[in-house]
Amino acid sequence: MKGGGWSRMAETRLRQLRGRDPLGLRRALSDRLLPALVGAMALLAALALAGADGAGRLAERWQQGEAGQLLMQLPRETPLEPILARLAALPGVVSVAPVPEERLRQLLAPWLGEVPGLPLPRMIAITLRMETDQIPLLEAVQAIPGAQLELRSEAVRLAMRLADGLRALSLAMLGIIGLVAAALVAVATRAGIAARRDTILILHDLGARDADIAGRFARRLAWLCALGALGGLALAIPALWYLAMQALPVVLARDAQPDDLPWALLALLPPAAALIGWGTALVTLRAWLRRLP
Amino acid sequence: MVRFSRVGLSYPEGEGAWALSGLDFALTSGSFTWLLGPSGGGKSSLLGLMHLSLRATEGEIEVLDSRISRLPRRAFPALRRRIGVVFQDYRLLAHLSVFENVALPLRIQGLTEARLTADVREILRWVGLLDRADSPPTTLSGGEQQRLALARAVVARPALLIADEPTGNLDAAQARRVIALLREMHRLGTTVIVATHSEALPEEYPAPTLRLEGGRLEGGRLVAHG
Repeated sequence: MKGGGWSRMAETRLRQLRGRDPLGLRRALSDRLLPALVGAMALLAALALAGADGAGRLAERWQQGEAGQLLMQLPRETPLEPILARLAALPGVVSVAPVPEERLRQLLAPWLGEVPGLPLPRMIAITLRMETDQIPLLEAVQAIPGAQLELRSEAVRLAMRLADGLRALSLAMLGIIGLVAAALVAVATRAGIAARRDTILILHDLGARDADIAGRFARRLAWLCALGALGGLALAIPALWYLAMQALPVVLARDAQPDDLPWALLALLPPAAALIGWGTALVTLRAWLRRLP
Repeated sequence: MVRFSRVGLSYPEGEGAWALSGLDFALTSGSFTWLLGPSGGGKSSLLGLMHLSLRATEGEIEVLDSRISRLPRRAFPALRRRIGVVFQDYRLLAHLSVFENVALPLRIQGLTEARLTADVREILRWVGLLDRADSPPTTLSGGEQQRLALARAVVARPALLIADEPTGNLDAAQARRVIALLREMHRLGTTVIVATHSEALPEEYPAPTLRLEGGRLEGGRLVAHG
């Protein structure tokens, strides 16, 4: 008796589940191929996102470091104090500070290695207020024997151009991935329509609105895309962490930290995939249904 | 209730040939009508126009007091829900149980699970299929499938019930049972139109008749029978 009650409850539950899927989409749009393909897309999208974000952060950091800051190189024997005082008195100068020798050695270490006895010039970091006339500073520098002012490093300019290019390329890749994902969903939707054509026509004849039918397809495809994107993300995160661990010591001279991954952008991938799936399915279905009377 | 005025229909693939032409008739509310004629005479096309699965090429159709040509497409689903259709080939959904097939029109209307279950069970009892509620339709006999199709057509209590050759594939006993159910719907106040190529059924159950041949109505209008 007890067993019979349970089985009846289970039957009712099963019936309700089937009833919520009158189009039989769980079978027509299976949860294997499309999520796997969307997962691969999500993996590529995550790499592109991380590329765009990394290039953006790098460019921003370089730009901040460069904006308004100048480096002056002096011969080792030059006394610093009078020069610092003279430069600080110039109009528009916010700060004047010698770069510690230890910091200079750190900066050069990746190229030259540890050379304790290497004689290094003295460097002064000068920060100017934005849009300050630099002529008084240039005149002051010319008056100091052996002084050289590095206005903006050509290497940094090239590196920033490269970072901007990388960011643009990554964003273009993201766009292409989005378009390919939409095309994929459109193909899957058409396959679903072909598999359930008669069922759709019956529901249509029974008075189902286009929005109801298209909505059922759209919800199913959104779910499959989100599922695929989650899977792709699960693969992408360890891969990105590995890349960060390898790249950051070289690029920024420090170890990777969890904050270095663009978590907020990565978290947007599953909802974005779901949105692409939902929107594409809705548009494809509604265009097809509009042909019916 | 239903009015056809100079209605004609030509299919795009028919290269201009008229499948139906000059149809002029009216069905009054609560009536029972036979639609007679040979196979290929246009009965299914006429019924298709009536349940809005086809659009007339010319003329004016009025169904349940709505003029179809003036109705925006978005208003069609609501009108379709007031029309029950028993299709010639049943058009049951094989991936759903008997219960779910009947529940479909109510789900489309957005009824709650509790209300829906009571209505579906009542209709399944009426057509004698309650004990098969959880079976797939493919396991039913032809007569049972036809009764299931009828149950689905009437579960939402339509104002207009259209049956296209509902007895075409049934033996005499099953056919009588289906016709008895259709007549009971009529007795309950539903407007019913039944297409058949059988001459025996109208003689057994006399009712007003539309006779269609070669896409045209005999005499152009409704004729009394029996």
